[in-house]
Amino acid sequence: MTSIRSKNFFKTYIATTDHRTIGIQYLVLALISVAIGTLLSLLMRIHLVWPTWPLSHPILPEDYLAIVTIHGTIMLFFVLTTAPQAGFGNLILPAQIGARSMAFPVLNASSFWLTATALLILLSSTFVPGGAAISGWTAYPPLSAVPGAGPGQGLGMDLWLVSIALFAIATTASSINTLTTIIRNRCHGMTWERLPLTVWGWFTAAILSLIAFSVVLAAILLLLCDRHAGTSFFVPNGDLVSGVIHHGGDGSPLLWLHLFWFFGHPEVYIAILPGLGLTSMLLANFSHRKVFAYRTMITTTLLIGFLGILLWGHHMFVAGLNPFVSSAFSISTTAIALPASAKVLSWLATIWRSKPQYTTAMLFSLGFVSLFVTGGLTGPILAQPILDEYLHNTFFVVAHFHLIMAMAGVFALYAATYYWFPLITATTKHPGRLMSEPLGHLHFWLTLIGAYAVFLPMHLTGLAGEPRHYAQLTGIPGPGGSLSPTGLLLAQTIPLNLHITYAAIFLATAQLLFLFNLFRSLRKGQFATSNPWRATTLEWHPAMNPFPPIPASDIPVITVHRAPCHYESTANGDTSLPQWTSDPVSQISIEDTTNAKPE
Amino acid sequence: MPAIITPNKTDQERKRRLEDHDGGSGRRPPTDKRTGGGGDGDNWNDRSHGRRGPYERLHRYRMGIFFALASDLMFFVAIVSTFFVNQSASHLNVYNHFVDTWVPTVIPPILWLNTVVLLISSGTIEMARRTMFHETDVMDEWLGLGKPITRRALPWLSATIVLGFLFLAGQWIAWRQLASQHVFFRTNQSSHFFYLITGVHAVHLFIGIAALIAAFTGLYVSRQLENRQILVDSTAWYWHAMGLLWLFLFTLLAFFQ
Amino acid sequence: MPLACKTRPANNSALLLAPWFLPADASSHGPALDHQLLLNLWIALSLLALAHLILLAGLVARRRAEATNLWRIEYLPLIALATLFTTLTIKAERLWAATRYTGASLTALQIEVTGVQFAWYFRYPGPDAAFGITRPQLVAPGEGNPLGLDPTDPNSADDQVTSELVIPANREVDLRLNAQDVIHGLSIPELRLKQNAVPGQTIHIHFTPTTPGTYAILCTQLCGLGHYRMNATLRILPPDQFTAWLASKQKAATP
Ligand code: HEA
Ligand code: HEA
Ligand code: CUA
Ligand SMILES: [Cu+2]
Repeated sequence: MTSIRSKNFFKTYIATTDHRTIGIQYLVLALISVAIGTLLSLLMRIHLVWPTWPLSHPILPEDYLAIVTIHGTIMLFFVLTTAPQAGFGNLILPAQIGARSMAFPVLNASSFWLTATALLILLSSTFVPGGAAISGWTAYPPLSAVPGAGPGQGLGMDLWLVSIALFAIATTASSINTLTTIIRNRCHGMTWERLPLTVWGWFTAAILSLIAFSVVLAAILLLLCDRHAGTSFFVPNGDLVSGVIHHGGDGSPLLWLHLFWFFGHPEVYIAILPGLGLTSMLLANFSHRKVFAYRTMITTTLLIGFLGILLWGHHMFVAGLNPFVSSAFSISTTAIALPASAKVLSWLATIWRSKPQYTTAMLFSLGFVSLFVTGGLTGPILAQPILDEYLHNTFFVVAHFHLIMAMAGVFALYAATYYWFPLITATTKHPGRLMSEPLGHLHFWLTLIGAYAVFLPMHLTGLAGEPRHYAQLTGIPGPGGSLSPTGLLLAQTIPLNLHITYAAIFLATAQLLFLFNLFRSLRKGQFATSNPWRATTLEWHPAMNPFPPIPASDIPVITVHRAPCHYESTANGDTSLPQWTSDPVSQISIEDTTNAKPE
Repeated sequence: MPAIITPNKTDQERKRRLEDHDGGSGRRPPTDKRTGGGGDGDNWNDRSHGRRGPYERLHRYRMGIFFALASDLMFFVAIVSTFFVNQSASHLNVYNHFVDTWVPTVIPPILWLNTVVLLISSGTIEMARRTMFHETDVMDEWLGLGKPITRRALPWLSATIVLGFLFLAGQWIAWRQLASQHVFFRTNQSSHFFYLITGVHAVHLFIGIAALIAAFTGLYVSRQLENRQILVDSTAWYWHAMGLLWLFLFTLLAFFQ
Repeated sequence: MPLACKTRPANNSALLLAPWFLPADASSHGPALDHQLLLNLWIALSLLALAHLILLAGLVARRRAEATNLWRIEYLPLIALATLFTTLTIKAERLWAATRYTGASLTALQIEVTGVQFAWYFRYPGPDAAFGITRPQLVAPGEGNPLGLDPTDPNSADDQVTSELVIPANREVDLRLNAQDVIHGLSIPELRLKQNAVPGQTIHIHFTPTTPGTYAILCTQLCGLGHYRMNATLRILPPDQFTAWLASKQKAATP
């Protein structure tokens, strides 16, 4: 223990350009963020049903909105964009393509530190006068464009914008790194069609990041000009906010919506694409099957990415779009349900009658399928403008995106953690450790039950009309107070909301099990063999994980011979054919057509 | 805390070997056009990581620059679409009269001169870039016969730096001229865009000039020919892209207001 | 009249389901929307069940060699799903077109709705059927002029500004939505109506209320700290009562 904390500690763990260490840095950042985000979500839930708690210092409406905003921002950006893409991307991606390092190590480290700075700025915004931003993660102007529009729209909003801008730059840099690594650093024989689907997920997500994040960066620049330099890109002429009339040009608030959602929609796919890839690989790995329709899986990944750029308008059906435009966006949105369904079908076919091995990682992948279907099926409902007219900005939407993004995304992260834990913990001194499987099983079941218990009822409160971003559901001081029709409408949802809150507390508490398992296994976990899951992808190649340690001069030439997830059934069970082993016992139809074309 | 992170000494050693493409079989002449490492069967000769072609690193950096430029393109696309949206915006005043407040900013004529300067600088940097790969000179350097490449590239590079500063000075003069006509950033919608677009582009050029200066120093300091090639090559592509971008932005400002 | 029974009109099943499901329906386009919504929910539910059934069945069944028939397993179901989604989308587009593609009829009742942090204001044009000019400079909620009506404009003299929306049953209503400061969202759950009010822009929506009663009007676009309390009341009156209400309003206004 003391040997690690040598004088090189700083160089080894902080100022490092080693991609694995950077990956772990990202994961630690995401873990801190997720803890904050979860605590905030509990505060929200508690405040919604027990508005006077805690009695000594009640949560004011602006506090509630600040909490929602920070919860959404932290969870979406600092957890679900960083952990799968940058965290596991750094930790696993180079190994999976047989590369020794990322393409630009220094850039990689700078991306991380920029991300960390962005997180610090976001968190610091809660302490400034006026409070943190309260505009939600979408920050619609003119509310966000006029510093005088209420609490949180002053310095807090500026810090929020700066934080997201830095995050955008960091993510762009990190995506450049990912893309270049995938394209140029693959080892011999790693053709495009043999790339694991996880890599395809990272690849597509990186392309989306490249396209989307620079747009939001531009939008933020314009918004900051509106706030401080007297322009009016997003503020219309004659706008009267807090008694001050705006005399500028003819800005358009809808323009922000377009720019933001052009970014925002791809952003949610960035969050889920690595998870889609990982699920495909894990399902195949643990059922010892090929991924069903591998090429179709690659195509659908790219299609989801491509279509994901074209349908931002489905967030704006009732925001003032031309109704014809709404129709067009509705059609492109429905179109994306097809590649998504193709993925579901392929997953089902992969595990169909396979008697899989139920490791915790496999369970979380199965849970991912379930949650992706449940959350995804409400997508095409929301995609119909006439229905969205009723459902927009109700808790039905909240239920949709928590199931498909928050919960499915989190399940992918858990699957990744349980699966790759040996690679995280391996050192030169000892091989990697495994997380406790019994605890993992328990954690899985509690989380699955919790996820459904929290987010299924939200559909119902949404259908009953509960809107998002409401700081209070009872005792509304509007005209007529809680006896007004609005008050009654909202009060009706209280019983169900009470249930949701209990379930949320249960769900969050169940995560302590994970933390316990994680920290315990770091020290005490069982040692793993070099390929504990009999996986076929390169990150499990003995030379790719650092155990047993190999002198640098003895690094073997890694050559890839086949697509991932090839298994062979023999009389005594089945054997895995890792991508790197050269000669399968019986040369089963391994497509070798793309290999070794001379230039 | 348990040791969860690998000490990366070995990794660093690996990396150095990778960067030097010195696999014990001697260095490869840096004009070899073959590259490796890209999977897809283009790993000529089945060589391991440490022994890849000399252009491996160059192409990696070039690709990184191209991706960065692609994302930068989207940045400008967003700003230009805002330009068009704002330009076509109007409102009805209280008397239901149609009001279009867009007053086109007349661009200062010096911009034409600046454009020409920037185009010439693109030519000079391209000359510098090409000399970096001049086959006989490269071989000379490889054989240890002085630094002919640096000698030939330096004038072109210096010319580019001078032209770059000239362009920025020209932009500054254009801003001064507009300001003397009382057209400031805040003045009207069109002037917001004029200053914003030229300003953001100027920031990009500052980055470009920083890269040029880095390349300039690199030419003096670096012994590794490959490093020098990468520095100049990447900077050159970036600079070209900024020139091209300026052509678009200038056309927009000059003819589409 | 006790408020509670006004909000939930005598519809027993709606009363039973109210806390859990769609509120009662009070507009003419509502039933079709509800039908489409229920259809969609049922289909989603059955696909959900089907997918989970296949998942579980595949997990419990004995191990067998892997399936290979790409067409039967992947493309045919995909075609079926594509047909399903296409049908649903077409149905939805037709409903959307019916309510949104065309404007209101010329005889529709004109009402202007303005969203302000944090209140809704409704303006009736009065007998002259024309809205008077408003200016942001004149806005003074404290002096009873929250919209900034210009008193020098003859059209504005008979304009009625209210804080509750009162409309007659079975007559088409044409709402013109404005926002004074930031984006607000006009939402009337019982009318199955939602539309954002965007500053600097006037957006028209139209509908025909059917069932008299008292209903909720909410703001469903985050507009600042008072977002949650930015609500108003909608009263749908039988036509004769509406005329009487309008007349009384006018009488109160003209001294
Ligand atoms: C990833 C995204 C994510 C996640 C995980 C969550 C988790 C939760 N969310 Fe959140 N939520 C959002 C994204 C997310 N949310 C967004 C974008 C919004 C909209 C904000 C806005 O409108 O501006 C929102 C809004 C939102 C609202 C609406 C508030 C309102 O509009 O009034 C509510 C209300 O109940 C809510 C509740 C919850 C609850 C109870 C949980 C919790 O139950 C979840 C429980 C926690 C866990 C299950 C742990 C998660 C574990 C991990 C992530 C693993 C990490 C692992 C590694 C790093 C290895 N959320
Ligand atoms: C990871 C994130 C993620 C993903 C993947 C999706 C996926 C989809 N989303 Fe979602 N969405 C969000 C995150 C996500 N969404 C967020 C965060 C918001 C709110 C933002 C905000 O306002 O704050 C949102 C909001 C949102 C809206 C706007 C709602 C509103 O504000 O009014 C719409 C509307 O069209 C929509 C549609 C869809 C569709 C059609 C898909 C499709 O991709 C879904 C595809 C999946 C399927 C269709 C399931 C496939 C399975 C089957 C079909 C089973 C059949 C099989 C058998 C029977 C064997 N989403
Ligand atoms: Cu007005 Cu929310
Ligand atoms: Cu979307």
